[in-house]
Amino acid sequence: MAKQMHDTPMLDQLESGPWPSFVTGLKRLAKDNDMMVDLLGQLETSYETRKGYWKGGTVGVIGYGGGIIPRFTELKGDDGQALFPAAAEFHTLRVMPPPGMHYDTDTIRKFCDIWEKYGSGLIAFHGQSGDIMFQGCSTDNVQPAFDEINEMGFDLGGAGPAVRTGMSCVGAARCENSCFDEGRTMRMLVNNALDDMHRPALPYKFKYKVSGCPNDCMNSVQRADLATIGTWRDDMKVDQDEVKSFVAEKGRKYVIDNVITRCPTQALSLNDDDTLAVDNPSCVRCMHCINVMNKALSPGDDKGVTLLCGGKRTLKIGDLMGTVIVPFMKLESDEDFETLEELATEILDFFAENALEHERTGEMIERIGLVNFLEGVGLEIDPNMIERPRMNPYVRMDGWDEEASKWAERKAQ
Amino acid sequence: MSEPRMPIESGVPEMEPYLHPVLKKNYGEWAWHERLRPGVLRHVAKSGDSIWTVRAGTQRQMDLYTIRKLMDIADEFAEGYVRFTIRSNIEYMVGDESKVQPLIDKLNAEGFPIGGTGPSVSMISHTQGWLHCDIPGTDASGAVKALMDDLYDDFVKEEMPNRVRITTSCCQINCGGQGDIAINIQHTKPPKIDHSQVANVCERPSVVARCPVAAIRPAMVNGKPSLEVDEKKCICCGACFPPCPPMQINDPEHSKFAIWVGGKNSNARSKPTFHKLVAAGVPNNPPRWPEVSTVVKQILSAYKEDAKDWERIGEWADRIGWPKFFEKTGLPFTKYHIDNWRGGRSNLNASAHIRF
Repeated sequence: MAKQMHDTPMLDQLESGPWPSFVTGLKRLAKDNDMMVDLLGQLETSYETRKGYWKGGTVGVIGYGGGIIPRFTELKGDDGQALFPAAAEFHTLRVMPPPGMHYDTDTIRKFCDIWEKYGSGLIAFHGQSGDIMFQGCSTDNVQPAFDEINEMGFDLGGAGPAVRTGMSCVGAARCENSCFDEGRTMRMLVNNALDDMHRPALPYKFKYKVSGCPNDCMNSVQRADLATIGTWRDDMKVDQDEVKSFVAEKGRKYVIDNVITRCPTQALSLNDDDTLAVDNPSCVRCMHCINVMNKALSPGDDKGVTLLCGGKRTLKIGDLMGTVIVPFMKLESDEDFETLEELATEILDFFAENALEHERTGEMIERIGLVNFLEGVGLEIDPNMIERPRMNPYVRMDGWDEEASKWAERKAQ
Repeated sequence: MSEPRMPIESGVPEMEPYLHPVLKKNYGEWAWHERLRPGVLRHVAKSGDSIWTVRAGTQRQMDLYTIRKLMDIADEFAEGYVRFTIRSNIEYMVGDESKVQPLIDKLNAEGFPIGGTGPSVSMISHTQGWLHCDIPGTDASGAVKALMDDLYDDFVKEEMPNRVRITTSCCQINCGGQGDIAINIQHTKPPKIDHSQVANVCERPSVVARCPVAAIRPAMVNGKPSLEVDEKKCICCGACFPPCPPMQINDPEHSKFAIWVGGKNSNARSKPTFHKLVAAGVPNNPPRWPEVSTVVKQILSAYKEDAKDWERIGEWADRIGWPKFFEKTGLPFTKYHIDNWRGGRSNLNASAHIRF
């Protein structure tokens, strides 16, 4: 072991400064890991030439079609041999963490031991889609490394055109704004779709993200094909004694400037006795006042979730936010969870059958229209799904009377 | 030969075995929280229990020696449990307030900054870059390390108007995601095509279909099937490169950084928003990318100076108006800031609302 280190004058400049240095970590690994010696050589070359040198390929574990990110070096000499042969294969295993990314130290130590034995010793907590990324593995070692991780009770995440690893916030485990069991929900959604995760055959990726309240700490509205966001439909809870002490401590001006006037729907008013008046029917559950006065204000008791579909980043038609497909549903009883599981399955199946290649749910909905999507998955329209009604008159509306009577029927229910 | 081992398709593991006992006991029963100092939270449960959380920044890509050190700290000072945030900060939870200061002291002594809570600049969420990605225009861990060195004070203090979430991405696919400030590679020249390779490695129809502006078409070049790009239509997005690596989009000189502001996922106050272009043409200059830091610090300093409490960067720009944003940050306003993408007219000012 302990191959001669390459000179890395560029990377060495990332060892100074107060923030923890990954370069120092890589160099420590390289003291007794040849793969890391050569990884540093290739990375230094990238810093010099400003070019990347990895290409993908096909590496997997028996029984699965995804979850490993294969990387083979393209940095080769004229003879076709890798310039940094010990890092010529540098694959990543994506492994799904427990919901909320909680760990005991024993589990992480076991991960380290496995990765010391089979890999480069480099682990990322966590990748952008929420996986533990075991980075740097030869083709031969992928299977035994996975086997040991799998025996610990951990499973591979998603890659390619597949259901991807889900994310849920810290939620009920440590947050007073939690409106449902985020961890159970994320786990149910993903574990119900493991076949579509581990055997990639969808048009493109499909992501579940779960946030316990409208602060949406998991960025689900911007990134998830199906976003589950906690909310409540009764009145927000106000502890007027705590409101009074907050006003006494911070002053009226602070409360007016930072709470009352910042309400997006003007639903708040400070009473003469320094208590708070809330116009609950106008409240949109934005969370701002609760964030500022979290001891005095809290979500109501009749909690549930809002579902949004279609969030994604640029490719191919530009950014799309998820949009509301279910304004409110309860998520407490086993039956509630079954209802969500069935709906998620409908949506995933509809996506699998109707999206074009490399099309995300948001693009599919844009192409076919929200109404067709809702009909396809068996959801009813609701005015909470729109920002404003249609502005363009170019629409055929000869079914108006029938549709208007459906509205009357729904209202009568 | 023995039977191959088939995977145990166990999926996402249960959370409960990994939860700190105080979190387990009070699951779903929390009442309120406070921030005692930057990086330290106290959550109080309805049962009366308290849990103190100490948040520390990490380098995300961690060697196992660093990880074991963090676990040693958890065993000695924090009851053997940790969790990670979405931005790769590590959180230690303790049920006894007297353990908080020794834990902070130990983490600081080992070089881990305490912070990232409340109105601070938290750790940058980032991608893989040259370390592991197959299509990167730059590095991620290195650019982030350099930038966090420069923003260290803003991580360990809570002196911003509201939280600042920064992301970086090594290509325009933007895996780093939306952010108050997003720092993304932006290619400025069409791909250079290696015509000798296209027929061997690319499925040409799917490459043609991938182009957002229909600028790619099949062509015969030097007697071999290849692709050609209408360089007048090409927007240099790089979408053709992942399915067809001979469409070389990365260029050591012409792949620059663009900087975007005002992305916000939270529903608090205003609805969620996407980030907006404010600067481009910033050189891709390893190993420390100083030009990126300069622009980010210009934006942060104007924001810190001028925004109201609780205003995120995008909300601040919306209040003062974009002309003032460019004035206060000193960044040039160009024709490239005016959207001409599909639906882009909704980003124009259709009113007489003008600030003088």
